Amino acid sequence: MAFATSRAEASKGGFRLSMLIYDTRFRAITLQVIALVLFLLFIGWLTDNVIRNLDAKGKDINFGFLWVRAGYDIEQTLIPYTNDSTHGRAVIIGLLNTLVVAFFGCILATAVGVAVGVLRLSNNWLISRLMTVYVEVFRNVPLLLWILLTFVVISETMPAPAAFKITPAILESRAALDGLTAQAGGHGLAARLAGLQVSSFAFFLWLLAFIGITGATWQYARSRFDAGKAALITAVPAALWIIAALTIFSPSLSPVLAENEVSAIGPTEPAASKFFFDSIALTNRGTNIPAPLLDRPLGGTEIASVPVNFSVLAVLAVIIVSGIANRSVTRRANKLQEETGLRPTTWWISLLILFLPLVLLLTALGLHWELPGFPVNAQGVSQGFNFQGGIQVMHSFTALLIALTLYTSAFIAEIVRAGIQAIPGGQSEAAAALGLRPGRTMKLVILPQALRVIIPPLISQYLNLTKNTSLGIAVSYLDLRGTLGGITLNQTGRELECMLLMMLIYLTISLIISSGMNAFNSAVKLKER
Amino acid sequence: MKKSAIIGALAASTMLAGAASAATLDDVKARGELNCGVNVGLTGFGMADANGTWVGFDVDLCRAVAAAVLGDPTKVKFVPTTGETRFTALASGEVDLLVRNSTATFTRDVDLKFDFVGINYYDGQGFMVKKDLGVSSAKELEGATVCIQTGTTTELNLADFFKANNMTYTPVTVQDDSEAQRQYLAGACDAYTTDASGLAAGRATMADAENHIILPEIISKEPLGPAVRHGDNVWGDIVRWTYNALLIAEEKGITKANIEEVAGSSTDPEIRRLLGLEGEMGKMFGLDNDWAKRAIAANGNYGEIFEANLGTGTPIGLARGLNALWTQGGLQYAWPMR
Repeated sequence: MAFATSRAEASKGGFRLSMLIYDTRFRAITLQVIALVLFLLFIGWLTDNVIRNLDAKGKDINFGFLWVRAGYDIEQTLIPYTNDSTHGRAVIIGLLNTLVVAFFGCILATAVGVAVGVLRLSNNWLISRLMTVYVEVFRNVPLLLWILLTFVVISETMPAPAAFKITPAILESRAALDGLTAQAGGHGLAARLAGLQVSSFAFFLWLLAFIGITGATWQYARSRFDAGKAALITAVPAALWIIAALTIFSPSLSPVLAENEVSAIGPTEPAASKFFFDSIALTNRGTNIPAPLLDRPLGGTEIASVPVNFSVLAVLAVIIVSGIANRSVTRRANKLQEETGLRPTTWWISLLILFLPLVLLLTALGLHWELPGFPVNAQGVSQGFNFQGGIQVMHSFTALLIALTLYTSAFIAEIVRAGIQAIPGGQSEAAAALGLRPGRTMKLVILPQALRVIIPPLISQYLNLTKNTSLGIAVSYLDLRGTLGGITLNQTGRELECMLLMMLIYLTISLIISSGMNAFNSAVKLKER
Repeated sequence: MKKSAIIGALAASTMLAGAASAATLDDVKARGELNCGVNVGLTGFGMADANGTWVGFDVDLCRAVAAAVLGDPTKVKFVPTTGETRFTALASGEVDLLVRNSTATFTRDVDLKFDFVGINYYDGQGFMVKKDLGVSSAKELEGATVCIQTGTTTELNLADFFKANNMTYTPVTVQDDSEAQRQYLAGACDAYTTDASGLAAGRATMADAENHIILPEIISKEPLGPAVRHGDNVWGDIVRWTYNALLIAEEKGITKANIEEVAGSSTDPEIRRLLGLEGEMGKMFGLDNDWAKRAIAANGNYGEIFEANLGTGTPIGLARGLNALWTQGGLQYAWPMR
């Protein structure tokens, strides 16, 4: 009513300046405009202050340093970089290092976090309490401490690369052992069999299993067949078992050597050895893993100084196409199941579609693995300080990834638990009434509904994790903060430019992550019709 | 909104900085305390001892300046700075003077707008390795992992050295000397590189010093000196001449012990000018005429400071070498006091 009258008055009397304050229609806008002007003035004053102070120091704002030779080296580079590259390229290297930790960190933290969050609600007293302890321990200790602790633990418990080297002393010991073996070689088979380590625990186990297996087979065969046939049948597992023993205990079958003579010889193997068929080496510097190499690569090019590898693109394209093809197969199977109630067997088609093109492509490209190892000279002595070949994943990366995963997963676990508990108990009771097993209830009923509660806080955890990667400087991980905000800043003295650029990049990353997650959220949130 | 917050924070920080830059001498006098940027912990050069008292070669220069300006060598607030934070601390006015074994270079002088007012230690970059590595020359370090402090000239020298010799290496970039030593001792790197004086100082503190060797190659020139902000020439002169006064004192044989006696008896005109008995030297840059006398009395002359912190009598055991006076074959050559 009041509104109507004032409107009538306004139209009658025209606009007066005092209406800006006294007219309720304009007052709100007036106040906002004043606030905006004050705010802009404040910003202008701050900017002016920055420029004046820089001027007083004789400094300007200039991003030209990004195109100047960097001159320093970076330990982990995902794209080619040398100290002749520019500061701009060093920034990209740092950015990629940040992104790779953030990417794997988010995936691992989500996997661990969901598992812990679900298990914390378990009916099993021990499991749920253990998960409570996990959450409380990891989220209540500062992240920096976890990063440092992980780094110190993995770098100080592993052997140095030198422990993997074959030294002249080892070769001498081997020669001495060979000499002893040749001397003892004159002994016959009887002497060798006597050398079988019958007293060893492994042999005892083998013997026990041998008696058990032959006995059981004999019992079983005798109950059905006559003695001759049963003996034949029993002989088969017995022979297999003896062959197994010959492979397992073959070193023990080697010539008998006098204990004291052997112990006088030094070690014949390096102090540390690699895992998984000599392919992975854990040292106090990093994890050395095999590197995929192609005999017939497709080449590559550079777009805006970022190298593009056609082989990698081809592999990615094949994986994506296979995935799409597989989805259409699954969809067709679903359709058939809906129509007829019978689901056609698709597992082998899926396997074929998913893996055959990839295997064919990789074979065509000539994929093989380059194992990490020390180069050896003509005598077989290892040379150099570090493993050559393969990929060295620095412990700074591993420690940062592990610590970020453990820390953030504790928060994600709580988010998941809260999301699940937000679903009314009636839902799981209804699912149980329909006869769904607990696993399927969780997968089909609870989690899809819980996602809409889980995802918004999950976004902020992803953002936290991404920003927390900047703590990597504590363990010498050269991420964006280490290159742009560390070495480049220091060597060029361009504090303001580096800080502005760094904040802009972190802001952009965060905005991209949150817009991606928001899109995902609107895709899975409860659809109201 | 986010952007404005960023600029606001930046502006606020530079605003604080701006306030301190005008006339450092007046600021220091008004404050009654000298803010001196030193190393976070490098034995012999600058570190806090068990009682929390700062000791070291660079620290003593800070004390001498405090004695000259404020009349009391204890009126120093030591600000520990890392290789990364030191220049920002100086540029922003957080410290009045940076004495943190910092190398004088063209870009630091010209682009970063600092003045290196003297070279209190002529150094060069070296390598330390474990004896059992079987390496006797830096040229044998092909493929090695090298620990290096970030934000230093050594970082760039290292890249240049390996490039010039056509060798490869893996850098492990660490924040400060103690972390570098921890990594080196834990075997995370084969070699540790920094200024040779720093290596000697580091080795002196290791439990098994005899198992580590410093390789003969010195791969760079590292003139280390006190730095002040560009543009405040009076303050720069005070630091420069305090340092020169310590050198002249050594040339003339003036020590902490005999300074009063020399002041009472000397007829040498340069000594008399130095100790404020003749002329108005101190007045010319806004101090009293006893400034140099107090600076020398604080911790003795340059030679005494060197011997007390780095010399052969200390665990670090560095010889004077390039840092001997010019009269003894070194490079330390004071400008005349006249």
